[in-house]
Amino acid sequence: MKKSRTLLAGAVAVMISAAPAPAADAVLNIYNWNDYIAPDTVPAFEKATGIKVSYDLYDANETLEGKLSAGNSGYDIVVPTLVPFAARQIKAGFYQPLDKSKLSNYGHLDKGLLARMEAQDPGNDHLVPWLSAIVVMGYNVDKIKQIMPDAPLDSLRMVFDPKVVAKFKECGVSIMDSPTEVFPPALLWLGLNPDSKKPEDLKKAADLLKEIRSSVRRFDSSEYINALAAGDICLAWGYSSDLEVAKHRAMEAGKGVNISVVIPKEGAERYIDVLAVPKDAPHPEAALKFINFVMQPEEVAKTSSKVYAMSGNADAKPFVSPEAAADPVIFPSPEVEKTLYTITGADPAADRLRTRLWTEIKTGH
Amino acid sequence: MRGLSEERKRALGRFLVIAIPFLWLGALFLAPFLIVAKISLSSAAVAIPPYEPLISWADDGALVLTLHVGNYKLIFSDPIYLIAYASSLRNAAVTVIFTLLLGFPLAYFIATRDQKWRAPLLLLVMLPFWTSFLIRVYAWIGILKPNGVINGALLWLGVIEKPLVILNNNFAVIVGMVYGYLPFMVLPLYAHLEKMDWSLLEAASDLGAKPFRVFRKVTLPLAAPGIVAGSLLVFIPAVGEYIVPALLGGPDTLTIGATLWNEFFSNRDWPVASTVAVALVALLVGPLLALQHHRTKGARP
Repeated sequence: MKKSRTLLAGAVAVMISAAPAPAADAVLNIYNWNDYIAPDTVPAFEKATGIKVSYDLYDANETLEGKLSAGNSGYDIVVPTLVPFAARQIKAGFYQPLDKSKLSNYGHLDKGLLARMEAQDPGNDHLVPWLSAIVVMGYNVDKIKQIMPDAPLDSLRMVFDPKVVAKFKECGVSIMDSPTEVFPPALLWLGLNPDSKKPEDLKKAADLLKEIRSSVRRFDSSEYINALAAGDICLAWGYSSDLEVAKHRAMEAGKGVNISVVIPKEGAERYIDVLAVPKDAPHPEAALKFINFVMQPEEVAKTSSKVYAMSGNADAKPFVSPEAAADPVIFPSPEVEKTLYTITGADPAADRLRTRLWTEIKTGH
Repeated sequence: MRGLSEERKRALGRFLVIAIPFLWLGALFLAPFLIVAKISLSSAAVAIPPYEPLISWADDGALVLTLHVGNYKLIFSDPIYLIAYASSLRNAAVTVIFTLLLGFPLAYFIATRDQKWRAPLLLLVMLPFWTSFLIRVYAWIGILKPNGVINGALLWLGVIEKPLVILNNNFAVIVGMVYGYLPFMVLPLYAHLEKMDWSLLEAASDLGAKPFRVFRKVTLPLAAPGIVAGSLLVFIPAVGEYIVPALLGGPDTLTIGATLWNEFFSNRDWPVASTVAVALVALLVGPLLALQHHRTKGARP
């Protein structure tokens, strides 16, 4: 009997998620993406305000949403992606409205971006833009050229043309383990609307992805940074900020790994990550102080330069490092910017179909 | 009179000693399981928590209990769940076999050492527990990856020309799981082998049995309870293993842990996720109870 009880415990343990314990005031619990803030931002904030920050990381919007869904997450600031995540989370009542009278630096924010965000967050009540980047490809230039001298380096064909990607199988291909970041480019490569939720379109994209599947070594959303930098893989489909981190880590390591991050000429998905305060945040005052602190153009510019992403702060660009400011992946030219698209949320049935197809693609079942 | 009250005291003591662990199991294992079972009969919603309540008030004031048995129909209508169960069970079974093959000689070796060596040797078996499991699994990435220790050594020695693909596939998952669960097999085996009456082996040899026959007819039956205990101790957590397949597995590694993740996080469907968990328990408890029943019956003369 006892043995079967232990078994129950195993199944049940999956359901119990550990939440950080609420702490006394003068504390702030931040839950952010990995590699998504300048290393000195939190110490500078702690020094300026005397608030002790506890900092926690995730590598997928799904993880964040799972924790917030359970309620009482204990976090004061989270960084969801605007669509579809933050948009539907506002509707489900995850976040509290921000008291803008306490945000003296609000005026620095990009007005155009705020106007775009109003479609998801009327009145910009709940969200403040943090960083914006693109879902792109990164590759080990030397290895790719050695294998395929005439590789279509600027095209989606690198990843989504089964014949091309098959050539890179041996040196290692990694694709994000997130159907929401992989179906749109597959649809685009097929000449369909990248934002399509039609079952027949999703199935066509899945058929294409099944063809390239045998060339993919790994589906993952954070390991590829180190793997690409170390030369363990030669082609990755991922977040531009992560791929840029990989590129710079490889340069710093000085082992001759030379990485390029490229926006495919066919177009790519631009996403906006936002700062939000959960409704049950234990320290909302400290959260507002932090949001105001990182809205200083000099402060967010440090993060922008360090994590290689455009910030939502209109006045930050002059403070960004010259190298980052000149990087066409971080700040694309207006012509390239026009090719970038955004995706919208899906209804539960489309989500379920997409997840199911994704499992089928990955496992063959 | 005095003797009777002693008797009562003893009974009360016995009751308390037994009641506390049962209370613990009830509060921390049974109650959460019932909550999971309850969620499995609900339907998903965009809210906190993300599912509909089972009991609600209708407009006319009637108390309505809504049970969605459709979740159970879903997991039996789509083969993906059964395939995931099957591959998790298979991985767990393979892990049991290899931990047994590696663990039995190890436990036998330790149990037959001189008394003063046993404690240090056992300590070596348990030593890895002092490091986080996650770190130890990550270490295997460093060992198995294309630029890793094994491939580096083999390339340097000239045994292979290009790196072997021994990471991100089922091979790596089994390596990681056998590594992780080996102590759980060794410890119960050691406990049984250590208290074995070795003079029985001598008697068998004296009566002319060859070493293999002694092992098969004497050692193995005496160690059988240890083998069963160790196998269950490895098998049960191995079925639900999530970390090892997530880190060392490849894209085609389909496990029940990964399926649960998908339901929870990608589909945001806690009811179906709970259904998968409840069905797993049902799938395993039945055979285990049957085994237990068989064993207790077999133990009686």
